[in-house]
Amino acid sequence: MPATRDTLKTIEDLGGYKYGFATDVASDVAPAGLSEDTIRFISAKKEEPQWLLDWRLKAYARWQKMAEKHWAKVSHPPIDYQAISYYAAPKKGPDSLDDVDPEILKTYEKLGIPLREREVLAGVTNSRYAVDAVFDSVSVATTFREELAKVGVIFCSMSEAVKNHPGLVQKYLGSVVPAGDNYYAALNSAVFTDGSFVFIPRGVKCPMELSTYFRINERNTGQFERTLIIAEEGAQVSYLEGCTAPMRDENQLHAAVVELVALDSADIKYSTVQNWYPGDADGKGGIYNFVTKRGACRGKNSKISWTQVETGSAITWKYPSCILEGDGSTGEFYSVALTRHKQQADTGTKMIHIGKNTKSIIISKGISADHGDNTYRGLVKILPKATGARNYTQCDSLLIGDQCGAHTVPYIEVRNAQSTAEHEATTSRISDEQLFYCRQRGLTAEDAVAMIVNGFAKEVLQKLPLEFAVEAQKLLGISLEGSVG
Amino acid sequence: MLLKIDNLHVKLAETGKNILNGINLEVKPGEVHAVMGPNGAGKSTLAQVLAGREGYDVTEGDIIFDGENIAEKEADERARSGIFLAFQYPVELPGVNTAQFLRTVVGAQRGKAPNAAEFLKQAKQVLDNLNMPHDFLQRFVNVGFSGGEKKRLEMVQMALLQPKLAVLDETDSGLDVDAMKLVAGTVNSLRSADRSFLMITHYERLLELIKPDVVHVLSGGRIVKSGGPELAKKIELEGYSWL
Repeated sequence: MPATRDTLKTIEDLGGYKYGFATDVASDVAPAGLSEDTIRFISAKKEEPQWLLDWRLKAYARWQKMAEKHWAKVSHPPIDYQAISYYAAPKKGPDSLDDVDPEILKTYEKLGIPLREREVLAGVTNSRYAVDAVFDSVSVATTFREELAKVGVIFCSMSEAVKNHPGLVQKYLGSVVPAGDNYYAALNSAVFTDGSFVFIPRGVKCPMELSTYFRINERNTGQFERTLIIAEEGAQVSYLEGCTAPMRDENQLHAAVVELVALDSADIKYSTVQNWYPGDADGKGGIYNFVTKRGACRGKNSKISWTQVETGSAITWKYPSCILEGDGSTGEFYSVALTRHKQQADTGTKMIHIGKNTKSIIISKGISADHGDNTYRGLVKILPKATGARNYTQCDSLLIGDQCGAHTVPYIEVRNAQSTAEHEATTSRISDEQLFYCRQRGLTAEDAVAMIVNGFAKEVLQKLPLEFAVEAQKLLGISLEGSVG
Repeated sequence: MLLKIDNLHVKLAETGKNILNGINLEVKPGEVHAVMGPNGAGKSTLAQVLAGREGYDVTEGDIIFDGENIAEKEADERARSGIFLAFQYPVELPGVNTAQFLRTVVGAQRGKAPNAAEFLKQAKQVLDNLNMPHDFLQRFVNVGFSGGEKKRLEMVQMALLQPKLAVLDETDSGLDVDAMKLVAGTVNSLRSADRSFLMITHYERLLELIKPDVVHVLSGGRIVKSGGPELAKKIELEGYSWL
């Protein structure tokens, strides 16, 4: 059919994935391989204190005793951890934004991420949000730090936090996701290279959106970043991360850890637009996105809300979770996961109700096309003391074509009789009738699918900060181009 | 000539069953044609084939619309060239906001989304004409609509899209008298020298409210008789057996 041919052609012209370019920049790359020496090398590069090196080495010892677990519904050939380089950084270490390698600045420009504050201030771009830009293993720039510092907000790279705020890092690092939590978290604890650090002091509402943009550029490297966000009593912050990577035939590993801590009445909103390179139509290449994200609602009436739009990666394995310790605390998880070609996603959440009157809501929207395989896996656990706890879970799956898969695996454990857990699940398909109806009104097949998919995902998309919601909508449309015809 | 169907033969792609066996039909700009006929005559197939529905194979003949042979064109191309089909069974689009949908499809046809505020005003006016509350705009397309409401939303779309040729596939079926009057009112208000209608119907009732220029009887995949409004009257009284 002509329309399909046109679409396929357009995609070929675009290369299918418009973030797939690589930046030519001189990098410091550690030789492939993992040993205690690798860890000492990373720690020395970052001029870390002894306690952190010890912490890393302990994690490494744990990791060596662990084995990859295979309970997730994903499959991949064994990963050769000795073939990965654990450190890659652009050679020229910048001291300020003006020192950042112009090639890297250009890269972020191409990705649409404003790193030049003066342009943002001059209204060259309309978005005003602070960015921490992580390029391979290191943070290359963090914007708006002075302005944020005026209200006591700390927003910097993890490496700088270790140097400048060691007390906070030592207190909270690994306190939500312990080093030995799981195989990938242990690996990350041993070899993490950078990431973002956010501290919002008591009573402060962060005056702007914070965001981190993760970019993998080097070949054969893994990215192991660690993000730590602490919101003190009554503090509020909205944080967003985005991720892309060049198109490469080999798979690359991204194993991150994110820890959130919310004290009394604090509110953390964490949004992700994950668009790592997904691999090609035959499943060649793409990122293995094996990520541990967890938030602790430690304080009374605190709230942690996760929103994720997952369109990229060859394999996604992540379960952003909430530990609802504080009485009256709230955990939220809103997710859209899209898999097409041969992508696999096994994603969901864990809501652990410990405190009284804790609430959680889970809205998961899975979209599968081509040979994509999409699993929602979630745990709702209500512990004996969580009287009055409430959970509501809704999992919807949308299938496009007849070769894809959608699976829902909810685990519900209720150990308090005075609590409620509700679960609803639906599976639907974009029907030929729907497509014809939209096309009869003049929409192309692609526009029709994008409209139906966006309608399906709307409940989640509208949880994103406004400017990103629009981007995410477009991303869903682009990610599905050529999936019907 | 706005539409010229020339010796059109169509079979079902899946089963190979012949449905249309040599249709000839000419519609001039501004004309209203009615197509009647017993169940299974091929009326709805004709509507679907005109709109470009997949699953039908045109084995012979041409469909010339506005001077162009459209038999091989995609459904959305035909729609953008000015063919509108009011569905016999309008389709539900869960999650898709009706106002957004209307503005998107109008934008797709005009090449540019209309100004939101002006469009909303226009849409509300059209809803008023069809006696539909404005809150329909905030509901999902056709989701939870009654049969009559779905048919009226088809008329809303027709009024906003202003097609050159509107094909109404049994829009009157399942409508009560009041709703049918509203539908007829919309069609009559849209009648103009450069817009034509092809109305597929079982009943003569609608044709009393919308006076057709020509009435055709379709049977066995062929047009077996054509005439003026009196033909519809005769069918109402005598059925199809005399043909």
